[in-house]
Order: sequence, then C-alpha cells, then structure tokens
Amino acid sequence: MAEVIDRHELWASLDMDLETHDVLCSVLPTAFGDTFLSQENRPEGMAFWDMVVADVHGIRPQELVDEQAKGRKVFGTFCTYVPDEVAIACNGIVTGLCGGSQFWVPEGEKYLPADMCPLIKASLGARLGKTCPFFRIADQIVGETTCDGKKKMYEIMAKDVPMHIMELPHQKRDKDVKYFADEIALFGKNVEEVTGVTLTEENLHAAIELINGRRKALARVYETRKNTDVIPISGTDALLMMQIAFFDDPARCTEMANKLADELEQRIADGVSVFPAGTKRILITGTPMAIPNWKLHHIVETSGAAIVCEENCTGTKFFTNLVDEGPTDFAGMYQALAERYMKINCTCFTPNEARIDEVIQLAKDYHVDGVINTNLKFCTTFKTEAPALEKALEDAGIPVLDIETDYTDNDAEQLRTRIGAFVEMLS
Amino acid sequence: MYRIGIDIGSTAAKAAVLDENNQLVYTVVMPTGFNGVEAAHRLADDLDAHGYDTNELPTVATGYGRVSVPYADKTITEITCHGMGADYLFGEDGLVIDVGGQDTKAILLADGKVKKFVMNDKCAAGTGKFLEVIADRMGVTQEELADLASQGEHTPISSMCTVFAESEVISLVGRGEPRENIANGVIESVVGRVASLTSSMASDQVFLTGGLCENDYVVGRLAHHLNRPVKTAPNARFAGAIGAALNAGN
Ligand code: SF4
Ligand code: SF4
Repeated sequence: MAEVIDRHELWASLDMDLETHDVLCSVLPTAFGDTFLSQENRPEGMAFWDMVVADVHGIRPQELVDEQAKGRKVFGTFCTYVPDEVAIACNGIVTGLCGGSQFWVPEGEKYLPADMCPLIKASLGARLGKTCPFFRIADQIVGETTCDGKKKMYEIMAKDVPMHIMELPHQKRDKDVKYFADEIALFGKNVEEVTGVTLTEENLHAAIELINGRRKALARVYETRKNTDVIPISGTDALLMMQIAFFDDPARCTEMANKLADELEQRIADGVSVFPAGTKRILITGTPMAIPNWKLHHIVETSGAAIVCEENCTGTKFFTNLVDEGPTDFAGMYQALAERYMKINCTCFTPNEARIDEVIQLAKDYHVDGVINTNLKFCTTFKTEAPALEKALEDAGIPVLDIETDYTDNDAEQLRTRIGAFVEMLS
Repeated sequence: MYRIGIDIGSTAAKAAVLDENNQLVYTVVMPTGFNGVEAAHRLADDLDAHGYDTNELPTVATGYGRVSVPYADKTITEITCHGMGADYLFGEDGLVIDVGGQDTKAILLADGKVKKFVMNDKCAAGTGKFLEVIADRMGVTQEELADLASQGEHTPISSMCTVFAESEVISLVGRGEPRENIANGVIESVVGRVASLTSSMASDQVFLTGGLCENDYVVGRLAHHLNRPVKTAPNARFAGAIGAALNAGN
C-alpha cells in the first residue's frame, strides 16, 4: 500500500481529540485488511477505493480543508433525501456523516438513550467526541425530519454546530411532493446564505446534470451485478464504493464508477467471476450501512454466498431514479427534484407499500436465491415493517432471513450460524 | 460403514453413530463443560473405546462448538442438522422446536428439508439458559423445577430478561410465594416465549427436540400454548448429532 502520510497536523487544526482518534486509526487498518484484502480476484478498479479508505480520515478531509481555504463551504448530511444538487449549485461541497462504527457509540450514549439505533448514537458521538474529521470540517449540517431518533438527536447536535433541518413529509400525496419542493427552495436560501453564492437556474440545472451523471455511473456498476453467469464484483467491494460515494467529489465518483463499470463489463465478456459458479445470490434489504460497517457483507460472503444487491440507502436508494432534466426554471426544477427524492421508499413513510414491490422487483432483476432483511437494533420503522415485507417475499416464493444487529461483534458467531444455515437451506 | 455426527451444544455435547443402513447404533451425551475442544476429545475417547474410530470414520460436526472438533471432516450448522435429524426421527414434515441451552430454534420442514427457521434473539429469554439460571437460584435441577411447576399454581413472571427475572424470583421467594407457584410461572414464561417465537410458522405437526423434550410436563404446557399436539421421540435430544451423521461421508 502507498506510503501513509502523517495527518496529525490536519487533525490538530480541526480541534480533534487526537489521543482517542489514534485508537480508532490503529484498529481501522486491521478491520479493512481482514474484510477487503483477504478477498480474491478483486477488480483492479477497486484500488482507488482501497486508497481512499486506507487514508479515510486523511485524503478527503485534506481536500475539503484545501477547498475551504479557497472559500468553498462544506455541508454535512445524514440522509438520502437531502438534495446534494442545491448545495453543489452554489459551489458547496456535500459530505455524508452517518456513523458506522461502534467506536463512536459510547460517546453518543452519554447524550442519548442506550436503546436508540447505533447509527444515531455513533453520529452524535463522532461529532461531540471530536473523533471524526468530517464532522469537524462541516460548516453547516443539514438534518431532516425522517425518524424520531434522528430528529431529537439533531436538537442536541444543533447546540454544537450550525444546523438546517429540512421538513420531510411522511406521506406521498401530490400535496406532500409539492410541500417538499418548497422545502428544497428553502434549503436553497440556506445554501445561499452559507456559501454567499447566488443560486441561479443555470447553476442548479448544471448540478442536477452532474448528480444524475453520478447516479447513472453507480447504476452501471449495479447493472453488472445482475449477470447470472458471473459475479464480477463482490458485494463487499460494491458496498465500499457506495459508502465512499457519500464523501467523494461527485465528478470523480462518476469517473471512477464508470471506469469500474467498464472493467466489470469486460469481466462479464471474459467470464471472470469473483465467486465459483453456483454461489447463492443474496439481496440485502433494510437499514443503511454507513462506513465502516462491513459486518454483514463480510459474514455473508465468507459463508459461501455472494451479495449481488443492496436495497438500502448505501445501495440502490442512493441512485435509483433520475431527476427530470426537462424543466429549467426554479419552480420546475424544485418540483422535479422533489418528485425524484420522494420516490425513495424509506420506512419513515406511511404507507410504504411501494417498497415491498420494489424489493420483489429487485429480487427478480438481480436473480437472487434469497433475501436477507436487516435492521439496525432499535430502528423502530424498519423493524415494524419487516414482517409485512418478509411475508410478501415468502408469498412470492423468495426465501428470506431476518437479521437484527448492531455495530458490535458480540453476535458474530450467532450471525454466522444463522447465515450459514440460510445458505445451506438455499442449497 | 459407520458414520459419526458430533453436536457440541452450549450445555451438552452429543454424538450419534449410524450404520450403513442408517440405523442408529450408538449415542452418547456428556456435559460440554468449559471448553468445546476438550468436550470433543472426550467424545472421541468414548467413541474410540466403543469401536468407532473417529480418525477413520466420516465425521460431521454441528452445534455452536462445531468448529472445535478437530477430527470432523466438515461442519454444518445446527439448523440444517436438527432439521435432518428431526426428519429422520419423526419421518414427517412439521415444525421442529429445539429449546437449547443457549438459544431456541424453530425449524419448518417441507419435504424433509429446512424451509424456514427462526432463532431467538441474542437474549436468554425462552431458552434453556433461563431455566438453568432460575433452577440454580432455587437450588433445584431443571427436572425438579418442572416437577414443582406441575404441582403449582400460575404466578406470572413478567420480566423477559433473565437477569431481571432472576431478581423477580428472588422477591417472590422473599414474599413467601410457594416454590411450586414460582416454578410454574417460570416454565410458563419460557414456554410462552417459545410459542411466540414460532407464531409466524404455520404447521399442524410440532416436534420438540433438545434436552427439554424428555420432560412430559414441559411438553404438555408447550402443546397447550401452541394449541396443537407436540410430539417427541426417544432420541430427540440427539436430533442434531443424527443430522450431522446423516451428512457424514457424502
Ligand atoms: S433509511 Fe431513511 S432516514 Fe435513513 S438515510 Fe435512508 S432515507 Fe434517510
Ligand atoms: S436506522 Fe432507523 S432508527 Fe436509525 S437513523 Fe435510520 S431510520 Fe432512524
């Protein structure tokens, strides 16, 4: 691996807790090595993401700080409903902030009830514990009214950092879409204030095109995972690409994903597969898997199965559906944005039956042998929706396994048994 | 040729030997103790002494300690093995419930194969562990606990969590509640929990395997909660080991 640059100066300039952060830095390489570098026959294109993740608190944070020095502003977000386009239109930079490691959970539990989902606890812990550079760098945090836990967490975080909250309706009637279009316009005002750059119809349209381009590139990679003759990329690698997509410069993300897609398409033509023929194909559905949460993917793919698709916010929900590029006036573009984002079928909506249809369609499109439906512990909405989803899958003749887990390794052996048994059952 | 199945559970380590006609010719059970590897060696000594050479004969390991059996040719999860073992013992499709020392599983069989399964979450409620803790606390064996329960009246134990339930039992004892009634409440709690675990699995036939199946009172209460007859078989506690042996040598 490339020489590691010492980033302590950067981290100190961000007022981080260096001592505690060093502990995190000392465990991440092992976790990464065990999960990724032990895989065989990886696509060469993964070298880019390996490099980024090897220096995950260095490379991209340094870039962000350099851009800030030139006057650009950084927006931190937690949810796939927040439209990147608006911030990017005003020359802003968007970075994902969801915490995916147990490392931050105890710090979050100082302020939040223990029976709250680990993603929320880790996110707050990362900010208040000063152990994540992205949280330190963000000039403005953009929250959203999705689940109750996040809403209340934002109130606590807002005491420490500027926060803009987008109101997300919880139904999908026409008036709700219209409402969200207005919320996007309001977010536009906030972005103008933070960046000092005027939002114009031209720069907004250009941003819509840019982000659509990213969606298309990521979708191309996923398209290759539908192939039934070969599995050109492991689920673990595809997940890493998705996780980094939240942090990376969109143009570079698009370029790298397109390059990877070229390579994967070539692999299909050449019959190159990461897994032996006949390996059982799994669709993962449920709660997001924020970096560095690779737990389920690693267990599944070392238990004799392959993950070929993720129906979650670090998967298809991030790129499915494009924003209509037809409208060029503000009202039309806000409406087009609202329509695209409101098509995401998150469990914070009611009713949410479209998600069930979407999952069944994905199971067919990706030719899966089984579905693993998972939710982070204490996530009420995903957990409550699980039985209906699982019943619909069973009725459609698709075997499904339900897994509730968190970021700790305590249940790794139990999960190995369940997942191993599920794979045996599919054989 | 003989085939060996080893099932290293959290409380009991079991072995089963099948002959070439798939007849069950030998079984042995011993406490797992602290160390799965050591339990596997004790089983090997016993099998070797009875003429079943663990180094020569095809052997499959299952159970939570399946990776600690050095002489096994392969490992298979306990879900698959329990399913196959139950199919062997009962010869018909149905819902197999196994109340183990550490976890409780429910397996739906269709055409002799696992069609669906659930396991209790990472918590001792509804498992043998719960009974073990409470029986220990009351100074009786699990069998005695069941006997006591059969003579008692129902006293609800409301806590799902074993640790809280234990303190609930202590306060019931302190209040002078008869042991029989407490035991009754404890068994009802476990059985009720097992029944709710299996609520999503429709089946007319229910088979109980694992250690608890040898207790008539528990079997009866489970049948009551499930509203269906519950069958057991003489060697039902060896279901996992038998399933493992059925997989050996293929
Ligand atoms: S799961 Fe729902 S709330 Fe969470 S990031 Fe996705 S859309 Fe947002
Ligand atoms: S996983 Fe569930 S509880 Fe956690 S942030 Fe997402 S929607 Fe909220």
